[in-house]
Formats: sequence, structure tokens, C-alpha cells
Amino acid sequence: MALTDHTLDSVRPLLSLQNINISFGGVQALKNVSFDVLPGEVHCLAGENGSGKSTLIKIITGVYQPAGGASISFDGQSYDHMSPVVAQSKGIQVIWQDLALFPEMTVAENIAFQTVLGRWPRLVNYRHMRELAIQALDRLGVLLDVDAPLKSFPIAQRQIVAIARALVGEAKVVFMDEPTASLTQSETDHLLNIVRTLSGRGVAVVFVSHRLAEVLDISSRLTVLRDGGLVGVYPTAGMTQSRITELMTGKTFDNHVRAADRTTGSKVLKVDGLTRRGEFDSVSFTVREGETLGIIGLLGAGRTELALTLFGMSKPDSGAITLNGHSVQFQSNRAAIDAGIAYLSEDRLSLGLIQPQSIADNLVISSLHKIQKNGVLSDSRKQQLVAGWIAELGVKIGQQGDAISTLSGGNQQRVAIAKWLATDPKLLILDAPTVGVDVGARAGIFDIVAKLADAGLAIILISDEVPEVYFNADRVLHMAQGQIVGTFDPRSCTLQDIEAAVYA
Amino acid sequence: MRRFIRTHGTESALFGVILIISIFLSFSTDNFFSFGNGFDLLNISSVNIIFAVGLLVVLIAGGIDISFAVGASVVQYVSVLALGTLGGGGWVSGLMIAGALGIALGMLNAFLIERFRIISIVVTIATFNIYFGLLMFFTKGVSIYDLPEWLTTRVVLFEHQLTDGSWIEITLPVLVMLVCVVATWAFITHTTVGRQLYAFGDNPEGARRFGINVHAMQFIAFGWLGLMSGIGGLMQAHYAQEVVPNALYGRELDVLAAVVLGGARLGGGKGSVLGCVLGVLLISITQNGLNLMGVSPFAFKMIIGAIILIAITLSNAPLERMMRREGRGK
Repeated sequence: MALTDHTLDSVRPLLSLQNINISFGGVQALKNVSFDVLPGEVHCLAGENGSGKSTLIKIITGVYQPAGGASISFDGQSYDHMSPVVAQSKGIQVIWQDLALFPEMTVAENIAFQTVLGRWPRLVNYRHMRELAIQALDRLGVLLDVDAPLKSFPIAQRQIVAIARALVGEAKVVFMDEPTASLTQSETDHLLNIVRTLSGRGVAVVFVSHRLAEVLDISSRLTVLRDGGLVGVYPTAGMTQSRITELMTGKTFDNHVRAADRTTGSKVLKVDGLTRRGEFDSVSFTVREGETLGIIGLLGAGRTELALTLFGMSKPDSGAITLNGHSVQFQSNRAAIDAGIAYLSEDRLSLGLIQPQSIADNLVISSLHKIQKNGVLSDSRKQQLVAGWIAELGVKIGQQGDAISTLSGGNQQRVAIAKWLATDPKLLILDAPTVGVDVGARAGIFDIVAKLADAGLAIILISDEVPEVYFNADRVLHMAQGQIVGTFDPRSCTLQDIEAAVYA
Repeated sequence: MRRFIRTHGTESALFGVILIISIFLSFSTDNFFSFGNGFDLLNISSVNIIFAVGLLVVLIAGGIDISFAVGASVVQYVSVLALGTLGGGGWVSGLMIAGALGIALGMLNAFLIERFRIISIVVTIATFNIYFGLLMFFTKGVSIYDLPEWLTTRVVLFEHQLTDGSWIEITLPVLVMLVCVVATWAFITHTTVGRQLYAFGDNPEGARRFGINVHAMQFIAFGWLGLMSGIGGLMQAHYAQEVVPNALYGRELDVLAAVVLGGARLGGGKGSVLGCVLGVLLISITQNGLNLMGVSPFAFKMIIGAIILIAITLSNAPLERMMRREGRGK
């Protein structure tokens, strides 16, 4: 990486921020942060949730104003602060995580939307819009029907539309906020190719993410933030995921394989040739008491669909499910819960927890029958139950009555797990339990999982992150295109073995 | 054509339904399928179409308005009183006064929504009651029959007697309706502000990040509806030849139903002028047909309710699902 060292010294940065401070209601969100981007480079901005990444982007794009003493220079000009209009017109573009697109409008209009902006009303020139859109897509080497409404395209294509839109804005630097969070591997690869194209054309790209495995090898430098302060700027050559995690959290994690021999436990779940057309095909496996079975697979591999069928929310076309030696056919997920299956949903924010409701209400929602007294809900029993689980799982809360949305991702996830444990399950299915949970808090979640397994609970751990299942499961099934295509024992294989199979 | 059906699913489905109902009615009644009846329908529907295209703009911008119909009653009443003190006036001054008053009432809604951050349905239910209460209080429910002569004289722009003795007539309300329809269509599809309204309704946060003046959007949308309801109010007075304070009470829900039937989405970002016009026409045609068939008017509301449910489930859901599946396949 001699080139990088060279550029670091001699090339003038495209964007440079010094002395950035900002506070919100007495909390200092950024402390004396500096940040720079070189022309045409691919740069990673890493940090946990709440580390100040988004705040920094919002300062760069002019949404927030930094405190006095800050200096911002972009493309040879100095500014005390930015405004959204100036930032956009000078070529600073952001692709937000939610993409900020307009689904009902056509692809062309989304890409060339800036042509309908402006202080004074004008007539819309649709032909010009189409031309701009086709040009921008062309520069990315992508073919899309520009006259189709955006809503007819899946998320990966929408992201490309958002990138094309940035190009129409004559971007010199493009910030991408968590761009790979909802993409499958091949979509991610495609995105990375597009980033290479952009970089090759002299457009700098800044990835903002806390999942950096995919983007590490195409970027040249890495800036890490922690708690609103700058940790440092590093060349990415030789950087590893675990080193980044350490930098982001300031803690060292002792990752060790937890797998053990669990063949002595009785079989809790046995699945034989389970098939649901278009979703999964001839899936067979067993999970024993005290065993953690990892299921690794990329988005679209059929893992969540399989979990939903085990949980009684969809019916299999063929195959058998045996729970504790009894053949079962669930009519609903209520029946599955009663039989002792708990399912921690993949999408905690919208499906797993009821955000505006209190911690206590969220925790007891699946086990209301336990806190009844003479047919009415008993407040004292509820408090008792909640207090017990809060202590058991070490959830950090203020009051039981606080809204669940006031908790951090990690603590929310603990409440979600407690909610299911309160139903006395025999089998706990965890679907992507660390999505939206900070790296630092993940270890705590897996400590709980290990403790539960030791207490005899059978656990299915579904994930698309190989290290998660490698370190925490006793056995790992690899699922692809609806089928189990491989089985791994973490005690006798390496992380790379599984990664090679999954990302092949 | 195929592309049109794919991108304009609701409009195509509505057109199909209108065609089927028309064919059915032309066989089951004697005089449905006559030019005379067709132009009657256009004359009758004009006011509702004017209201509907106004409301469409508010729905596209992600709002809703319950107050525009009673607002139009207020405009009628005040305009006629104002014209009286001005010594009569004429169509030009009448339309200007009614339009300006309508805009003022619409702006008041937008101001309340923006200033106090209340959602539009709550604000407009409140102003609906306030407008109607004030109107009934000050008028004591008394109608005005003594209108300026120009306002009560039927203006027939084109007439022609057919061989069967019936008349084809295009009256002033139809012309005004056409102007409002074309103006609204041009405004929302061919001006930058119109596209900003769509974007704002579709994704308000996205629009804000683009630097669209989101505060102005509410004022523009409600101002446009106000203008349309003012004009529509005057046209209704002209058509009815009297100003009855509660004549338009309840009209808001009929118009809202028609606009939603036409494919506009409660929640914003979606809807077209064509769909909106077809929605009003479908309801008028059904009503007209039921009248001709001698069906009790009490059954009418029930049937309209059923049509709305059926049309929306049929037209919207399967087409969108098909398109989503197509998108996934790519």
C-alpha cells in the first residue's frame, strides 16, 4: 500500500474537517473530531451506534451546524458551516440508509429529481429527465427501465437508483450509510463493483457502517469514532474485522469456540424432509437438549421461512416435525408457543417489540396467562415476573414502565429474549439476534444464549454472519437456496472454512 | 396500450367498470344510453369533479380535508353577500371573490396544520365544525334565493337538439370544470411544484433532505383545494339557483370516496386527475342508472359503498401484487 502512504502525504484532501464539536441538550455528540477524504478514494467511517457517525455526516451535509472554532474545507474552499443546498450543489451527496427515494415515482424522476427543485416553479422537462437518468445509469453500467415506477424494483436496484441520483448531482464525494445492511451477497458484490467504477472516475466514496467485512478490501483508509471522539485514521491494509471491533468498542474480545459435544441430551426437535415449495426443500436435522444449532445462510436462503414454519406460522407441504418425541402439526403459532417453541423474530424493531409500550408490557405479552389472578391481570404478579427476568438477563433499565424504545439495541434484545423465556420454551429459535445490536453488546447476548443452553434449552441460532455461528454454536448447518448444503463442527474446522463455503 | 394498463392500473380498471355498468344500463333501461343523458351526467357531475381534483392535490401531498365542502358553503354565502354590496358584480368578479375566499379558508387549514403540528384530519374535522357552526349561527339556516341575475341565468355554451327530441347541452359549469381539470393536471404533472408535492406526499423526510420547502407544500396543496372549492361552491350556487347553507353538508365524504376510488392513496404520493374524474363519473353513472332503474335512493349509498370496496380490492391489490412479483423476478 505504498500508494496510500504516498497519497496521504502529498495529495490535498478533497474534504477536510477540523475541530468539530457539537452538543445536543448538554450531551456532547462530537468532541474535537477531524476527518478528511482524498479525491477518488474509498474510505470507511466506522463506529458503533451512537458513536457520532451520523452526526458527522449531518454536519458535512449541512443538516447540523458545528460549534464555533470548526473549519470545513471542500474542494479548495473554506466554510464555517455547510448548508444542505451548498453541500449538494458543490458535489457532496449522501445515500441514506433509508435511501430517501420516492417509490411511487418513476426511476427517471427519482434519479433526476434535482431538476424539479429550485425556488421558482417551472415546467417539468421529462425528456431531459429521462436523458439524465439514462446517462447516470450508463455511467454505472446498469440497465434499468427508467419509465417503471420505483416501487416495482427490489431494494438492491433502488440503491443503484440512489447512487445514480448522486451522480446526476455531479457528486465529488458520496457517503453511503450502511449500504450493505439489507443486501444479499451477490447484490453486495454488484454494489462494490459500482463503487469501484465510481472511484475509478475520481468520485470519492465514504462507507459508513458497523459491518465492514465486505467493504474492507476495496477501501484504502479507515476512520474510527467512539463515543463522539476520534479514535484514529488507519490504512485498511492488514486491518482485520476483530481489530476494527476492538477500535470501535475500546475492548478486546476473547472469541473462543464454545462448541461442545451435546449428543447425550435427549432430542428436542427432529425435522424430517421438511419442504415448503419455493421456500425450502427436504430439510432434515435434530436439535438436542442443551445444544445450540447454528444455521448460516445468506439473505434469501430460506432460513427465516424455515423458522416460521417450525413456529407454526406457515404450513409445510411435506415432511414431519417431531417435538420431544411427539409428531406435531401446528395450526397456528399460538399452538407452537403452547408446545414450547419460542421464536425471536428477525425484525425486532417492527415485529419483535411494540416500541411505544413499556418494558414490562413488552416482556409479559407472550405469557399473560401467568400473571392472571381470578381472570384479571395482576399488577403485582406482572412486576414480580418482570423484575425476575430483568435481573436474570442483566437488562439495564430505568423503570419497568419506561417505553421500550428508550433502551439501547442490546438491552431491547435482552427484553425480547426475556419475553420468550417467560413462556417456558423447550426450543428457542433466535433469528439474526444481533441485527442492530452494537458489537460490544453482542457478546452479552451470546453469554445469555450459552447460559440458557447450559440450563438445557435447545437453541437454533440463525444468522448471516459466519463468526456468530462459528463461535457460538455446537454445530453449524449451511443453508443455501432452501436446502441444507453442508454441516460444520466448529471444533474441527476453521472460520475460513465456513466463510469459503458460504460466500463461494 | 399494455404499458398504459400496467402503469395506470386503477384508471384502466375504473374505465372497464364504467364500460360494463354503462353496457348493462343501456340494456336494462330505456334512455341511459343517449347523448342527452350523457351530457346531463356531465352537467350534474361538474361541481363534484371540481371539488375532487382539488381534494386530489391535498391527498397527493399526504393530507386530507374534511372541511372543503362546508367551506364552499361559507364561500357561497359570503360571496353572494359581498357581490350584493358591490352592486351585483359579474362572472369575473364572482369567480375572483369566491376563489380568493376559498384560498383563504384552505390557507387557514394549512396554517393550523403547520403552526400547531396537528394532523390534517383532526384540523379539518375541527374547521369543518367551526365553518358549519358559524354559517348556521349567522344565517340561522336561512337560504338566499335573491341571487344576482347573472348568477342564476343558465349559460349554455353549446346546444343541439337530437332527432329523438332530447338536447345536448354544454353549460358553463362544464367549461369551468374542464378548465379546473386541465389546470390541475398540468399543475401536478408538468410543474416542478407539482412534482415536489408528489415527492412530499410519497416520502416527506426524503423531500425534506432534498431541500424542498416542506412548509410551503401544505399551503400550496390546501390553497389549491381552497381555490377549487371556492370555484366549485359558486358553480353549485349557479346550478342550484339558490344558496342553501347546508346544501353541501356531507358532500365531502362523497367526493373523498370518489377520489379514493380513483386511485389516490390516503397517505400521499399517489393519485391521478384521470382516475379522480373517472371515480366521480363512476359514482354519478351508478346513481343515475339506479334512478333510471327505479331503485330506492336509500339503497344508493349502500351500493356505492359496495362498489368502492369491490373496485378498490379488484383494481389495486392484484395489479400491484403482480407488479411486485415482476419486480422480484428481475
